[in-house]
Amino acid sequence: MNRPMALELKNVSKYFGNLAANKNVNLSVYRGEILAILGENGCGKTTLMNMIAGIYFPDSGTISVDGKEVVIRSPKDAFNHGIGMIHQHFKLVDIFTAAENIVLGVNDGKRYNIKKVNSRVAEIADKYGFHIDPKKKIYEMSVSEKQTVEILKVLYRGADILILDEPSAVLTPQETDRLFDVLRRMREDGKSILIITHKLNEVMSISDRVAVLRKGENINTVETSKTTPAELTEMMVGKKVSLNIERPEPVNVCDRLEVKNLNMVDADGIKVLDNISFTARSGEILGIAGIAGSGQKELLESIAGLCHPITGQIIYHNPKTEKTEDLRDKDPVAIRELGVRLSFVPEDRIGMGLVGNMDIVDNMLLRSYRKGFSMFVDRKKPGDLADKIVKELQVSTPNTHTPVRRLSGGNVQKVLVGREIASAPTVLMAAYPVRGLDINSSYTIYDLLTEQKKNGVAVVFVGEDLDVLVELCDRIVVICAGKVTGILDARNTTKEEIGLLMTKTEGIYDVDGKEAENGEKE
Amino acid sequence: MNAFWDFIITSIPLGMTFLYGCTGEILTEKAGHLNLGIPGIMCVGGVCGCSALRLLYRSGLPPILIVLIAIIAAFAGGALMGALYCLLTVTLKANQNVTGLAMTTFGVGITKFVMNKLAIVPIRYLYALPYFRFPFAERTDALKYCGIMVYLAVIIALSTSYVLSKTQTGLHLRSVGENPATADAVGINVTKYKYVATLIGSGIAALGGLFYIMDYSGSVDAYKKIEALGWLSVALVIFTLWRPHLSIIGSFVFGTLYIVGSRIPTLLNITMDMSATPLFEMLPYVVTIIVLIVTSVSKKRENQPPAALGLPYFREER
Amino acid sequence: MMLTERRQKTVKKNDKTIREPLFRVVKRDGMPWYKSMLIRLIAVLAALLLCSLLSIFMAKASPLEFIKTLVDGAIGSTHKLWKFAKDTAVLLCISLAITPAFRMRFWNIGAEGQTLIGALASVAIAFYLGGKVSDGLLLVIMLFASVLVGALWGGLPAFFKAKWNTNETLFTLMMNYVATGLVSYCLVCWTPTNGSVLPRLEFGHIPVVIHEYFLIIFIVLIITALIHVYLHYTKQGYEISVVGESENTARYIGINVSKVIIRTMLISGAICGLAGFLIVGALDHSINTETVGGMGFTAIMVSWLAKFNPVIMLGTSAFITFLQLGSSQISSTFNIDSSFPNMVVGIVLFFIIGCEFFIGYRIKLRESDKKGGNKQ
Repeated sequence: MNRPMALELKNVSKYFGNLAANKNVNLSVYRGEILAILGENGCGKTTLMNMIAGIYFPDSGTISVDGKEVVIRSPKDAFNHGIGMIHQHFKLVDIFTAAENIVLGVNDGKRYNIKKVNSRVAEIADKYGFHIDPKKKIYEMSVSEKQTVEILKVLYRGADILILDEPSAVLTPQETDRLFDVLRRMREDGKSILIITHKLNEVMSISDRVAVLRKGENINTVETSKTTPAELTEMMVGKKVSLNIERPEPVNVCDRLEVKNLNMVDADGIKVLDNISFTARSGEILGIAGIAGSGQKELLESIAGLCHPITGQIIYHNPKTEKTEDLRDKDPVAIRELGVRLSFVPEDRIGMGLVGNMDIVDNMLLRSYRKGFSMFVDRKKPGDLADKIVKELQVSTPNTHTPVRRLSGGNVQKVLVGREIASAPTVLMAAYPVRGLDINSSYTIYDLLTEQKKNGVAVVFVGEDLDVLVELCDRIVVICAGKVTGILDARNTTKEEIGLLMTKTEGIYDVDGKEAENGEKE
Repeated sequence: MNAFWDFIITSIPLGMTFLYGCTGEILTEKAGHLNLGIPGIMCVGGVCGCSALRLLYRSGLPPILIVLIAIIAAFAGGALMGALYCLLTVTLKANQNVTGLAMTTFGVGITKFVMNKLAIVPIRYLYALPYFRFPFAERTDALKYCGIMVYLAVIIALSTSYVLSKTQTGLHLRSVGENPATADAVGINVTKYKYVATLIGSGIAALGGLFYIMDYSGSVDAYKKIEALGWLSVALVIFTLWRPHLSIIGSFVFGTLYIVGSRIPTLLNITMDMSATPLFEMLPYVVTIIVLIVTSVSKKRENQPPAALGLPYFREER
Repeated sequence: MMLTERRQKTVKKNDKTIREPLFRVVKRDGMPWYKSMLIRLIAVLAALLLCSLLSIFMAKASPLEFIKTLVDGAIGSTHKLWKFAKDTAVLLCISLAITPAFRMRFWNIGAEGQTLIGALASVAIAFYLGGKVSDGLLLVIMLFASVLVGALWGGLPAFFKAKWNTNETLFTLMMNYVATGLVSYCLVCWTPTNGSVLPRLEFGHIPVVIHEYFLIIFIVLIITALIHVYLHYTKQGYEISVVGESENTARYIGINVSKVIIRTMLISGAICGLAGFLIVGALDHSINTETVGGMGFTAIMVSWLAKFNPVIMLGTSAFITFLQLGSSQISSTFNIDSSFPNMVVGIVLFFIIGCEFFIGYRIKLRESDKKGGNKQ
């Protein structure tokens, strides 16, 4: 390779506390090249990119641009070195036009003239084949248009090295194709592009080389033409790690919650749930695997009655009355009044599941305060419950009157899970219940979930660590971009298989014959 | 017809009091700060200007210079209050509403205090009036009210409008009020913009106080009304949908509404019960409420308050 | 190209890397109560010192004299003590009224108007029905009317807030002036010959028990207890806290946020109306546009200083009243203008507002990056 080197990282490390987000990462990008960065959630891709873009500062290691060693301590420095990052969450001012957003913060010494900016933006857009009206307001734009503005923002500042953080996550396949055309044109123009993605088909179609990251380390960088999806998946997920999580055989299995053809669009009009169907059974842990943001949050919130799908059914089989109820479009109170004992451990623990400024007792009260006809709240029982949870789950806290905000992540989660289990649910949904927790707390949570399963609860577990999913769950629903791409028997599957399904955008893969009917519809 | 013209032409200068306050508040709100201290700041502006006149009227300086110094003093007084407000809300991250209300309490108090002192010795600040009321100072008809500070108010409003909508500084300022995290990410110094906008805005608002005491009413007791006028200025910001050029018309409308009650009998040549006057005085507020409701119902994005209005910005919480 | 030049320049500049600013501000996780009280105490003392310096400057009074007069003015005699208690009670009542709304993070700065309109309702009833019905019945009707009108005044902005997210701060503020306008209108109507000064009403007096001010103080104490119980021990009070802390959590457990907002503001407005009734029935027996006299705004400070806790509000309302009465004594003794109290209260408030920063945040000097990432 005789092409000039655009960007080179040598032995870059970054620690958060004692946790290594990146360890001795080496990476290089040439001019006129597209490099894909591949890796699971939490493997340190975004941290690495943030260091190049000046949002974090590396603890050790060097970054060179055009062969010269540079120090990047702010996004501004990164821009000055010609590096621009397009974040997954857009940073745009809604009521401004595209051009106004693009020129925001640019200090080129020229007199500000929005007409000139408009024509300059149109010029750049033309050059790379974007379709955008510079005068359109951001709030009137579709997601793909917003992304275009973000990219133009970077190009307008004269960036030669572009970092895209999961650009296709918010796009339709057609929009993705168009984006890729643009990226190829940029490559021809001599720009270097780093693209973070989970989707293997995209990696194969767009990139020249692929760097695979796992647990903060760069496992390998390979040329795309000389590799296969299977090889990449293997590098990405790594060797199987045995966790020794207890997994009893399910007993008395029966259907408890049936999700049928659920469709939902979000506020921006994007389809977040696409014909989702599966069944959660009592006495089983049903895992939900998928790249973060594939629709897990919306799915659980739809079941809990917090957001409302446009079509489909959520059928609950009541074990007591043997009746079935459709829970769709019912709010949490209505669901409870139907006698459905549904517990939900949301992803956002302190922002949704708990109130940070309230103490443990008052947080217990969230679920039970409505009980009884008295106008006064009864803190006696929640107090006892708080004591019980603190004792049984070994929550380390001075007392039960400490605001939960002051507890550590693991203890917060014990309080939340403890409360949700206490209401003797028939369905328990937990979204990323071990995220950010240390090993011991994580095992406490696994044990709690398994115990619920033994008690005949239908447990739905949304996880990100594939090792855990494979060892903890009985069946695993894999979703990708709001679609079910497979329902697997956890005892007879591999991480690679799940990994492939998580990154696969079309086609249906099925192991469990019984589910085929539900999962098959495209 | 004459009465009608008289009515219109009196409304204009009264409206200018609102215009100063409103332009100042718009600048502050565009930076994301709801400054409820504006009434207090306007009072303080009046006091500083009057004190300057009181100190200087026998100094032998040319009157035009004295007037200029008074204007500068008022601006400086307001800016100082603005600096205090920023120190508390931007740097010390105090609650904006509480701080603003405390500023108003304090500003009104200090104004009353100083003005009563000034009133003991008769202040001859009216001495400077011809210069405030240039070029119509010599006239005796309604036009005599339209002096230099009336034009200044319009000029300030127009230039604020220009800066906000046509310059990059304005673009940056608006981005700070809309989405400070985004502004921060593209390298805009959020704190600096907040400070500068609030300081200048408070200074401009303060001129309104000076104008009202000195030029419009020309009486020591006039300060008593400034607080209420200040709240109306805050209301005017909503009424004009955060647009300084619209507030020129808006301030005129508010000026009209404010005095229409007392003018109706002469205007329509009818005898009207005096009791209706207070009802007419309520009009600007009622109209503002209606505008507030209509804009929130219509949800047109351009007519909404700056998105980050009233929210403190703390980078670590991004 | 220009860009390359610029790049090289920055590279040079970057040789002396500044990685973090010299100090940065970090949120504190909490502070023992005695420490935060100490900070507040220091702030108050510093503010009083500044005020006493001011009074030296203006009236040549020594700081000692300043403090002495301050205390004497507020609680120097039995009569002053009663007045102090009465003023505290009225301020406390309005502060209590706005507290439920503030705990819900609903910025109700319209207590001034809600109280005034409540007072107006009482006066109107006494004016039109006085002498026509028995005094007891009259009082009941007055109370009922005040509470109803106050609730309406508070409920209107809440309805629009709940329905269309209309900005409540500005709405309630405007409602104050509408209330003032209505009062002026009624005054003009009722006193065609008397220059808008309403003579003392003959009817509708709350009976005097023990002392002129006893009953109002007693009633406000009961309201304090009730509000405290309401906020801390009832289901509705609990819902208010949850909505205020996190609307997301409220949705999660199925609280109807709109309903809570409207209900709470109806209560808030109703208590303001009650305060208006007390002012008319027990104290003023008349009304003018200054009847509430800015207490609706001061109440916000009282409530905020007490962290929206009714029991602590007993202390903060007493503290503010103490400052006001004491400093007005100073202004009369040393012949300083009668607006001196406003300035004293303003200065003290600035210091307390400012000192909250040091309770909520910590200034962190530059140190290595590694520890910085160690947050929760």
